Amino acid sequence: MYDFTYHRPESLAQAIELVSAKCEAKLLAGGMSLLPALKLRLARYSDLVDLKAVSALEGGRREGDKLIIGAMTKHAAVAASEVVRQAIPALAVLAGGIGDPLVRNRGTIGGSIANADPAADYPSSVLGLGATVITNKRQIAGDEFFTGLFETALQAGEIITAVHFPIPLCAGYAKLLHPASRFALVGIFVAKTNAGVRVAVTGAGSSVFRFADAEEALNADFSPAALDQISVDADGLNSDIHASAEYRAHAIVVFAKRAVASALSR
Amino acid sequence: MPLIGRRSWAARQLGFSEFREDTASPLERAANVAQGMHMPIVSMTVNGALRSAEVEGRTLLVQFLRDYLHLTGTHVGCDTSQCGACTVHVDGVAIKSCTALAVAFDGAVVTTIEGLQDGERLHPMQQAFHENHGLQCGFCTPGMIMSAIDMVRRCGHDLDEHTIRRQLDGNLCRCTGYHNIVLAIRSGAAAMRPR
Repeated sequence: MYDFTYHRPESLAQAIELVSAKCEAKLLAGGMSLLPALKLRLARYSDLVDLKAVSALEGGRREGDKLIIGAMTKHAAVAASEVVRQAIPALAVLAGGIGDPLVRNRGTIGGSIANADPAADYPSSVLGLGATVITNKRQIAGDEFFTGLFETALQAGEIITAVHFPIPLCAGYAKLLHPASRFALVGIFVAKTNAGVRVAVTGAGSSVFRFADAEEALNADFSPAALDQISVDADGLNSDIHASAEYRAHAIVVFAKRAVASALSR
Repeated sequence: MPLIGRRSWAARQLGFSEFREDTASPLERAANVAQGMHMPIVSMTVNGALRSAEVEGRTLLVQFLRDYLHLTGTHVGCDTSQCGACTVHVDGVAIKSCTALAVAFDGAVVTTIEGLQDGERLHPMQQAFHENHGLQCGFCTPGMIMSAIDMVRRCGHDLDEHTIRRQLDGNLCRCTGYHNIVLAIRSGAAAMRPR
């Protein structure tokens, strides 16, 4: 790992000041992706600004028809939260399946979505639930947040403070996990809302994306069988030693059905 | 010539400065800081004792424990956050110390495998690993035990095999000695129940 200067501000204002003052500064959340990348010397920063002491960013609550989760809330806390389990049980299931227990003790929702790993779990919930990402500068719609491979709409000096999830009628998450990395080879988040069904796919493309054909079919009939006639074009999907594009295309439909079944079981 | 350890000897041969624990007084530290001649000083309570050292920003928690404090019970297996051999407890929660910056835990309370036993008496989870022979080569054992204790914190004392296997996702045994590890955790979790 290349060396850097470490900072641990205690307020959001200090964090913004620090990360804006240095052109090669990077925000550190749980570090479950950033630290391994630094250890492999895939990245180099002059300064790391650790957000762990900014207590205002941690914790969650329900406000009317939405669930608000602070950016520095750890996966283990989301998975174990009674508030989350009541409001959006699929989100607790998703958080409880990220990495392993030790990773969930440190990884955060804000870090996960800011990193925008194409195989990460959380992005599918942000897109699938039509969440809003709140930053120190503005509110970003889930549909506009993920812009590409490890790319988001976040600007320099912009810090995610919370994610607002509208509470759906029901939702489900199902993933085909890579047994070693525990990332999603394919992960599907399905949500039935008053505004219609949303289906988001992670792990299969360069970034999380919506599955329009499945949404249309599920709007007509919200059941696994509604997806029987749906197929996915493998062209453009990820293909690697773990799963070919064709395999992922097939798995998208299989796991979308499982996500629907899971949503209906609650 | 003073006796030096293998690690210090190796460090000298390779031209590295020797790792040292920080013995400077607060006044000396302040003077160093004022002169701009300093690396971050990290202080944490490790196994009940306050320990401080001057580290680099990039020094990992596991390096701090092993190379600075010579607590070598915490192992580095994969060094890529997969295997869990480096698991320690920080403020009561199990984490992988190979994927943690020492400076980030300034002020924290850390427990390593060396800090579990009470005098001569092993921690109930250590005792359970001993009685069930929950190991083959033993390399993963410190991490397994630290993880197992955290599992009890999260999931309680009555653990079934399925739960134990799922909750051990973050710890790998390359000998594949899971059978007895699972038995040991089940019995250790029950033995940890307050009487």
